[in-house]
Amino acid sequence: MSQSVYERIGGGAAVDAAVDLFYRKVLADDRINNFFEGTDMEKQAAKQKAFLTMALGGPNNYTGEDMRKGHAHLVERGLNDSHFDAVMEHLGATLKELGVSDDLIGEAAAIAESTRNDVLGK
Amino acid sequence: MTKVVYQGRSYERLDDESVLRCLLRNGIRAPYSCESGACQACTMRAISGTPPANSQEDLKETQKALGYFKPCVCRPDEDLEVALLDDAHNHKYQMEVVEKRFLNDEILRLRLTCDESFEYRAGQFINIFKDDLIRSYSMASLPVQDDLLELHVKLVPNGVVSHWLCDDVQLGDQLTVTGPMGECFYHEVDSTEGLLAVGTGSGLAPLWGIVRDALIQGYEKPIILCHGAMKPENLYYVEALRQLEETHENFNYFPCVSGLDEDEVPAGMSSGFPNDVAFAQLPSLAKWQVFLCGHPDMVNNTKKQAFLAGASLKNIHADPFVMAPHA
Repeated sequence: MSQSVYERIGGGAAVDAAVDLFYRKVLADDRINNFFEGTDMEKQAAKQKAFLTMALGGPNNYTGEDMRKGHAHLVERGLNDSHFDAVMEHLGATLKELGVSDDLIGEAAAIAESTRNDVLGK
Repeated sequence: MTKVVYQGRSYERLDDESVLRCLLRNGIRAPYSCESGACQACTMRAISGTPPANSQEDLKETQKALGYFKPCVCRPDEDLEVALLDDAHNHKYQMEVVEKRFLNDEILRLRLTCDESFEYRAGQFINIFKDDLIRSYSMASLPVQDDLLELHVKLVPNGVVSHWLCDDVQLGDQLTVTGPMGECFYHEVDSTEGLLAVGTGSGLAPLWGIVRDALIQGYEKPIILCHGAMKPENLYYVEALRQLEETHENFNYFPCVSGLDEDEVPAGMSSGFPNDVAFAQLPSLAKWQVFLCGHPDMVNNTKKQAFLAGASLKNIHADPFVMAPHA
C-alpha cells in the first residue's frame, strides 16, 4: 500500500503546524468566522486537527453520519456551498504555505471534497 | 521485558505491546480513542522513568515538562510508573492557614503550609473543598523562593467559599485540598521571542508566580505583564511589580485601569483593558509565549487576539477560570 499524504508530509507534528495556519485563516475570514463565534478554541483546534488528519489520509474514525450530525446546527444557521468552498480554499493555501506539492494538495482536497454532502446535510 | 507501574502494581509488557494496551489487558480502565498517537485522548503522566520521544511528539512543551505522554504509541526501553490525568483529583492534602491579609477591599491573600511534600509549578492551581463545594485557586507562590503556598482569594458577592475563606476560616485551620493541576506555567522554550502575561483582578496570582519563575530561571527575552482592574485601588502588588521592573531590564509592567476616563488615570498607569494595552505595543506575537488569567470573557477574547496576532495555540496558556453559578 502506498503511503498516505499524512505520512509523507511528516505525520502528527506536520499536521500541528498546519492546524495553526489553517485555523488562523478560517478565524480571520469574515465569510465564515461567524460560525465559530463563542466556540472553545482548544476544542475547535482539536476538531480542525482531526479534519486535517482525515483530509491528509491519516488515522481517523470519522463516518459520514458524524459529519452530518456535527454540522447540522450550522446548516440550520445557513451553512452552504459558498462556506464549504471558503474552507477548501484555506485548506489548499495552508498546505501550499507548508510547501506540500500540488499533487499531494490535490489528493487532500479530493478527500475533503468527499465530505461536502454530509457536511452540508444534502 | 519492561514493566508498567500503576498505583503501586507492576504489569509486565508483552513484546511490542503499547503501555496503553498493557494497562487495558490488565483491566485498568484508561481512556483512549484513535490508538495511533493522533487524538491525545489517552494522554497520561509518567511519574518515574522517561517516556520515549515519539510518545511525546506534538504535545505542548508544558505537558512534556509534566511528563505527559501518549501511551498508545509508547513502547519504552525502561520501566515506567504512570498515572492517569484524573488521578490528581483523588489525593486529598490537609493545608494549614498561616497567614490572612487583605491586599485591597476585595482580594484576600492566604498563605498555607502542608505537612506532606507538595510539588507544584508556579501558576498551577489547587481545588479547595468546603462541604460539597469545590473551588479552584491559582497559586501565586514560587516553590524555589517561597516557603509558603500563596493564594489570592477574590471576595465574590454571594460567593459561599470565598466568604467562608474571608470571614470564617481562622489562622491554624486546616483546608482540604487536591492538586496541583493545570498547564499554565513557565517552561523554557529556546525559540520564543518573548513572554506576554495578561490578567485581570486576582488573575494576577498565577502571573506573579510565572513571571518570577521566568526571571529566576534566567529568561532573557522581553517579559511584559499587563494587569487590569476597573479602578487603581483594585490593582495590587503594584509596588512589588515596579521593584521587579527596576531590577530586571527585560521585564516591563503595565498596570491598566479600564473604569476611568483617560485623563483621570494616575500617572504611571495605562488607560484601557490590559489586553488592548498589550496588543497596542505588540503588533506580532509570532513565537511569543502568552499567559492569560482572569475574567473568562477577557481570557477568551485575548486568546483569539493572540492567536490571530501570530501566537501558536501551543504557546497560549490559560487555565479555565470559571465563575461558579451563584448559590
